[in-house]
Amino acid sequence: MNVRVQLPRTAKHGEVIEVRIAIQHPMETGFRYDQMGKPISKNVINSLVCRYNGVEIFRAEMGSGISANPFLQFYTMADASGALEFFWGDDAGDQGSERALITVAG
Amino acid sequence: MSGFARPALCVFPAGVHLRLFAVPLLLAFALAAFAAEPQRPFPSRSGSDFTSADIRALQADDFANPGMLWITRGEKLWQEPAGDSRLSCASCHGDAKSSMRGVATRYPLIDPATARLINLEGRILQCRERRQQATALTYESDDLLALTALVAMQSRGMPVGVTIDWQNRRNFEAGRAMYSRRVGQMNLACAHCHEANWGKRVGAEIISQGHGNAYPLYRLEWQTLGSLQRRFRSCLSGVRAEMLPYGAPDYHDLELYLAWRANGLPVETPGVRR
Amino acid sequence: MNTPDRRRFISVLAGLAAAPLWPARVALAYPESLALLIRRITKGAAVNSGRVKVDTPRLADNGHSVPLKVSVTSPMTAADHVRSITLLSEKNPRPVIAAFYLGPKAGRAEVVTRVRLNGSQHVIAIAQLSDGSYWSGSAEVEVTESACLDAS
Repeated sequence: MNVRVQLPRTAKHGEVIEVRIAIQHPMETGFRYDQMGKPISKNVINSLVCRYNGVEIFRAEMGSGISANPFLQFYTMADASGALEFFWGDDAGDQGSERALITVAG
Repeated sequence: MSGFARPALCVFPAGVHLRLFAVPLLLAFALAAFAAEPQRPFPSRSGSDFTSADIRALQADDFANPGMLWITRGEKLWQEPAGDSRLSCASCHGDAKSSMRGVATRYPLIDPATARLINLEGRILQCRERRQQATALTYESDDLLALTALVAMQSRGMPVGVTIDWQNRRNFEAGRAMYSRRVGQMNLACAHCHEANWGKRVGAEIISQGHGNAYPLYRLEWQTLGSLQRRFRSCLSGVRAEMLPYGAPDYHDLELYLAWRANGLPVETPGVRR
Repeated sequence: MNTPDRRRFISVLAGLAAAPLWPARVALAYPESLALLIRRITKGAAVNSGRVKVDTPRLADNGHSVPLKVSVTSPMTAADHVRSITLLSEKNPRPVIAAFYLGPKAGRAEVVTRVRLNGSQHVIAIAQLSDGSYWSGSAEVEVTESACLDAS
């Protein structure tokens, strides 16, 4: 899946950093119909997890009430250099992941 | 919003001494109608001026702007070898940031090879088909939108600047005529909203001047990025007129007229609108 | 009807007249329609009003995408932090918009996203703290229909 992640490349130990992620996904509600009148089945990214050096720091369980091309911004305390990994999956079983590195000083 | 010639919509002013001034006045009006220089709205304002602070902020945020997802996609596609040629856009055009700078400000233009008006999407389609020998992309496909947005974004901040000359004048006049032509069950022309009533409200929304300088853009109503031609189709369906298919020559002519009308306004691709 | 029953009947009527038939209207932190759902989320625990702030525009540009920020006042320490924030919609076909799970490592109990709102309504956020208590906040958003039909 097409994804964008933004977080600072470097941070001081204990600093609260802003983490942003945007994923291209229609977040199909299941309430729409196609041109032929057939219902389009629901398909949303239902779960997103962020792990910082393997430890879960944020999780979002989402429904069709989250807008298409979901955007999430959350925070975490920078404690050690390493990687923030994002994992998500939708109702149709498609999964995605992304990784961003961070260097923490001090 | 008045103060310029609107031959298709004008009403004969009351209180004039008909006997004395009728003929010369009528003549003057007729001359004015036919010789009238096409007018741009004054002052020219981008669609973002008519959006809310939230939408302006979203457009300005290079991460949160949903259109940027297509830019990321476009950047990847730019590097990907495609078709039988195994050429990528980068193979010929190198870094898009430099090679595509200013390009979008000149479109649509007359393609010297075909002597036909071509828009940015058309140029990309042509490159893919002829030079990359790759499968054709379709209008409004994510890939075409991504590439168009990527190319247009390289002119972000630069003023739109198309030139009308003997080569494209016919297209320009056709686009201009289309702009003033009433269509649909509501019997409205583009000009009724975007020329005569920009700045006023329809429902809870403020009518813009109808420029195309931010396209392709992310329209919240579409929940995706879309092209200027999609916006034409939106408007046509809005007045309950038949939507022409994508790539229709009428749309190209209208794009040219719109580009001329937006001359001087900065390219804002990828824009965000409601 | 004989006399003792009638007296009893009248006294019952009098009693009913004196006592209210429905509980007194208290200021609810959330619309009554969601009361049952919220009770299920909190497993019957009381929900306190406060500490939770929901930021949305008062008038949405488009119901498909309404920017929303939910924040909870909390020191976010190991001993005192926000465990979860659940976003509820008053009028959407599915009332639960999302649930966010934080923790002591979050540093700040704040999540920003964009939500779909099916018409003018309240958005309610229920936060659970590490001590098991629940807090709520809400915001009201006006959502209008698009001025023109778009069949593009």
